[in-house]
Amino acid sequence: MTIRLADLTDADVAAERVRLPGAFSAPLGERLRFWLLWGSSAALTLYCLYRFGFLSMDFLHGVSKFGAVVVAQLFPPIGYGNLPMFLKVMGETIAMAFLGTLLGAAFAFPLSFLASKNMTRARPLQFGTRRFADLLRSFDYLIWALIFVRAIGLGPLAGIMAIAIVETGTFVKLYSEAIENLDRKQIDGVAAVGGNGLQRIRFGVLPQVLPMMLSNTLYMFEHNVRSASILGIVGAGGIGFLLADRLRAYELQEACLIIIVLVVAVYAIDWLSKILRERLIGDHRRRAPVDDAVQT
Amino acid sequence: MSGVEPPRGAAARFADEYAAHRRRKRVYASLFAAAFALCVVAAGITAKFDVLSLIQGLPRTTEFLIKLIPPIGFATFGVDFGEWYWDINKWMGSLLNTLLMAYLATVLGTAIGGFLSFFAARNLAGHYLTYWLTRRLLEIARTVPDIVWALLFVIAFGIGPLAGILAITVHTIGAQGKLFAEVNENINPLPVDGIRSAGGNWWQEIRYAVLPQVMPNYLSYTFWRLELNVRSATIVGFVGAGGIGHDLFTAVQLLYFADVGAILLIIVATIMAIDMLSERFRHSAIGKASFAH
Repeated sequence: MTIRLADLTDADVAAERVRLPGAFSAPLGERLRFWLLWGSSAALTLYCLYRFGFLSMDFLHGVSKFGAVVVAQLFPPIGYGNLPMFLKVMGETIAMAFLGTLLGAAFAFPLSFLASKNMTRARPLQFGTRRFADLLRSFDYLIWALIFVRAIGLGPLAGIMAIAIVETGTFVKLYSEAIENLDRKQIDGVAAVGGNGLQRIRFGVLPQVLPMMLSNTLYMFEHNVRSASILGIVGAGGIGFLLADRLRAYELQEACLIIIVLVVAVYAIDWLSKILRERLIGDHRRRAPVDDAVQT
Repeated sequence: MSGVEPPRGAAARFADEYAAHRRRKRVYASLFAAAFALCVVAAGITAKFDVLSLIQGLPRTTEFLIKLIPPIGFATFGVDFGEWYWDINKWMGSLLNTLLMAYLATVLGTAIGGFLSFFAARNLAGHYLTYWLTRRLLEIARTVPDIVWALLFVIAFGIGPLAGILAITVHTIGAQGKLFAEVNENINPLPVDGIRSAGGNWWQEIRYAVLPQVMPNYLSYTFWRLELNVRSATIVGFVGAGGIGHDLFTAVQLLYFADVGAILLIIVATIMAIDMLSERFRHSAIGKASFAH
């Protein structure tokens, strides 16, 4: 039996509408909730626009000033005489990111075993380590940098420590997730031939988790080059210091050159790290799981 | 007897080969370790890593961290706590500002970034030049850190939350534009073809064939972005772009340790609460995503 579209009358449609209301439109409650959600989001957006002065003349003045003063004065970049110095400071920035990531990984490695459910039987210890790691990474790099600059003085050391502390938190989370996902049988195998605790970790655990750890660590290094480049804004070393200094002195064209150096360096590191990760561990996975723990 | 006796010396040959393999591996490993050690030393010199000042600095850091929490007696808990949070009204106002800044920047950035993402998706962009230009634009928006955008906007818009919102918005446009474009590129093309064959225009293709497929992923990314933007909104205040970061920065500069501690506690509680909420929302959004396929 076939139904031809031309044979359908309005009455048929109305009858079907009564019989199967769900096929024609969502239930009233669902529609109401939908419009209420979108409506209240829109209302809140409007309120925020009003509250923060987007709807005033000052905003338009700011926009024209941004175009006339900031964008127009950024170009063309000048200060090529300082370029060697900028490159040197960019090198310092990358070194900060490298050492910070390394220290973070070194702190996190033993802690991540404590934070894994399958390695630490004492639940409060495991849970406590996890929460401690969460606490470390819930503050932004800049907040830690601000504290370290106050405590150990201006300079790259404060930046390195800030990165190391946040990364300890991130790596404990990432590493312990890798450890929790490992295959128990290999550890049992080592235990069965009489391996002690250390040997079980060395031959049962590490071969399984090391590629994942290396890949995550490299990815975070890449990410930390970006972080390190702004820590200087609060005095924690690196190219951010020069950038903030030039911007505050209204030397926008030189600032523009610094931004270009920064962007090019970030691209170069991304590219290198991607090649390294693919070479070392054949890591073609998407980044999403790591991204989750990253504060970009 | 079907078993074949291994020729004499096979075991010895295996042992030799295995030893050679081990030697090769050891050489590679030590070469790699040497290169790595060289990198560490080079980085240490470049970044002027100084163990002595680190050792001197650590007790001062601990001292700083201890001073963040003022003495709170068990019996006088209410009074002490009230004294610690003496400026709670101002801080809560700043916190509200911070959250609203993050919200507005997420909405504006997602709207603009979402719009641009259709031009940054290879399968929807139309012309290659449009695709290329949009991609580069989004790249610049997200590679320049948001706090650098904040420094630039503070010059034009003056000190205050407006500059911070714009800075986070620009960064959000770049990030969302790229993520959404990737979602757009992974859609099933059949519905698009269907709309096109029924005579739909570009806008109708987007509205009826693309949006229903991508919406759950969009929502999930947007909640995640909101979470990240709350973090950003807490720090743009360091350069005068509004929010609770401004209070924190001032307190640190003036060495009001108890205030620093109080504000940090507010920030960490907020971040953790937002993380939890956002995770719940994202899971429900992802649940819908699997439902839609």
